[in-house]
Amino acid sequence: MAVTDIRPTAASVLETKAPARARNMGQFIRWLLLFIGGILMVMPIAYMISTSLKWPHEVYNVNLIPEEPTLENYTYVLEDGRFYLWFVNSIIIATITTLSNLLFDSLVGYTLCKFRFPGRQIIFIAILSTLMIPTEMLVIPWYLMSQSFGWLDSYWGIMFPGLMTAFGTFLMKQFFESVPDDFIEAARIDGLNELQIWWTVAMPLVKPALAALAIFVFLGNWTAFLWPLIVTNSVEMYTIPVGLSGFGDEADVAWELIMTGAAISTIPTLVVFLIFQRFIIRGVVMAGLKG
Amino acid sequence: MANLALRNLTKSYGTTKVLHGISLDVADGEFVVFVGPSGCGKSTTLRMIAGLEEVTSGEVVIDEKVVNNLEPKDRDIAMVFQNYAIYPHMSVKKNIAFGLRSSKLSRLEKDARIQEVAGILDMTKLLNRKPSQLSGGQRQRVAIGRAMVRDPAVFLFDEPLSNLDAQLRTQMRLEIKKLHQHVGNTIIFVTHDQVEAMTMADRIVIMKDGRIQQVGTPAEVYHQPANAFVAQFIGAPSMNMLPATLNGAGLELVAGWTIETPLRSDTARAVTVGVRPDDLRLDTGQRLVSGKVAVREPLGPETLIYVETDGGEVIAKADGRTPPEVGQEITLFADPADLHVFDAETGAVLQ
Repeated sequence: MAVTDIRPTAASVLETKAPARARNMGQFIRWLLLFIGGILMVMPIAYMISTSLKWPHEVYNVNLIPEEPTLENYTYVLEDGRFYLWFVNSIIIATITTLSNLLFDSLVGYTLCKFRFPGRQIIFIAILSTLMIPTEMLVIPWYLMSQSFGWLDSYWGIMFPGLMTAFGTFLMKQFFESVPDDFIEAARIDGLNELQIWWTVAMPLVKPALAALAIFVFLGNWTAFLWPLIVTNSVEMYTIPVGLSGFGDEADVAWELIMTGAAISTIPTLVVFLIFQRFIIRGVVMAGLKG
Repeated sequence: MANLALRNLTKSYGTTKVLHGISLDVADGEFVVFVGPSGCGKSTTLRMIAGLEEVTSGEVVIDEKVVNNLEPKDRDIAMVFQNYAIYPHMSVKKNIAFGLRSSKLSRLEKDARIQEVAGILDMTKLLNRKPSQLSGGQRQRVAIGRAMVRDPAVFLFDEPLSNLDAQLRTQMRLEIKKLHQHVGNTIIFVTHDQVEAMTMADRIVIMKDGRIQQVGTPAEVYHQPANAFVAQFIGAPSMNMLPATLNGAGLELVAGWTIETPLRSDTARAVTVGVRPDDLRLDTGQRLVSGKVAVREPLGPETLIYVETDGGEVIAKADGRTPPEVGQEITLFADPADLHVFDAETGAVLQ
């Protein structure tokens, strides 16, 4: 029996080279674009950290590496009692708002998704349509409302507009659509009441959505600026973004201090993201395994 | 004593009536299968028994108690769904235990009950697995376990086997039947598969367009179909239907011979003659029709032959070893006692 040599010869390698080169080129362009994208994402963070390590006179120097790195700004910000207050304010507000959204958005989303009642569609459209009204238009009614209820300059005043969001309700409703009705009916036969079904059967099945919503809401409230700025008067009630914007004096903005505060304030958002992204990834993996 | 009774049950969605008065008595421990084409109302009936669907009029009675206004959990029923509906975030054990949530048993008793059910279903080793680690058949067994653990008055199965492959379906069919013999609870089983209905049921309820067509044992619905629909729905391949006239002499087939039957009519009347492929012979009996063999389907012990006659295609069963050749002209015979005569218009059987 004749043996055929299947090893590549010089000629065959040359023949296959052209497509391989094109493939490499495509690969290169993809990597390049990703690299540029990555740089664009990282630069602001790098400058934030770099600026927080600079002396005031060096702030307008665009070098990424400070000439005389210092931790003086961190000492200043952390020793300044106000920053600590703002940090606590922000944590309280973002946490309560997040929990409130997880609870109420999913309750309303579940109801709109799984129950049939007259006016269901109209209610859903009414909720969705509020997404079209910009915040700038709402701050004046919110302010007047806070004023008449005596909520100005209080946690409640800062939090109330965001305790439930139309976006969150919509997101949860869409995710509950993926929960088969059979689960709910099986639970009904197993003797659970509607609230128990929502909590023990439906909620665990939409964990990835809850994680995504938690990240959105927490970040949104952590970085919120306009409304907290308007509704708060006393320095003790400021949140981090509002407080930081006030660093410096009328003549000059203390960028190095703002950047230091900003750098410290990214830590909780990172923690929240790192905690919840596991659920998102696990959710995706679980969905893939389901038969 | 009837364990479950349906009394003139109807269901309407707005002005559309989907169930037109279903009445049925199910004895304690009976295995009843609802069968019919999709949209016939069999699942709706089951869901009304379960309490998942409101009753428009009529009564559902379980253990001599009208349960129309009771919540599903208070009806002493358990249901197995087509998509299993076992909770993916809970282990097998938790899933089965879920059925016991509302029971008043102590924790030890509950545990013993779960172990017992797991033993019956051969799932003891799988108790700590998550549903995603189970095969389709195992998942269905978990769903059955969750229903069994409550020891309900009535088990409801809503097409539980249709998501399984053919081999597994046959196996599960047998398992459910054995299970019924073992536990003895009343079972209402919904399916669109007439083979499932025939093989499992004590009694079959055949439905079409929201009406019961016939209720009877598998043998009854097969050998004495109440109308042309039942005759064609039950049995595979389905019954041949030949147009004919019933007159003083007997049955005069439009595309065949006249057959002498005890059934006569003074005035000529249009009828349909039904004959099962198994009842057609190639040599003995009364001559029925003749035609040319168009297709052969060898099944091993027998061969299905499709015969083209003037009255349309007729399916017959021939010997597996020496079936007629394709293209061969043959005559089909039958025993007049095996013929079913239906009114051509209403489809009702004529005795």
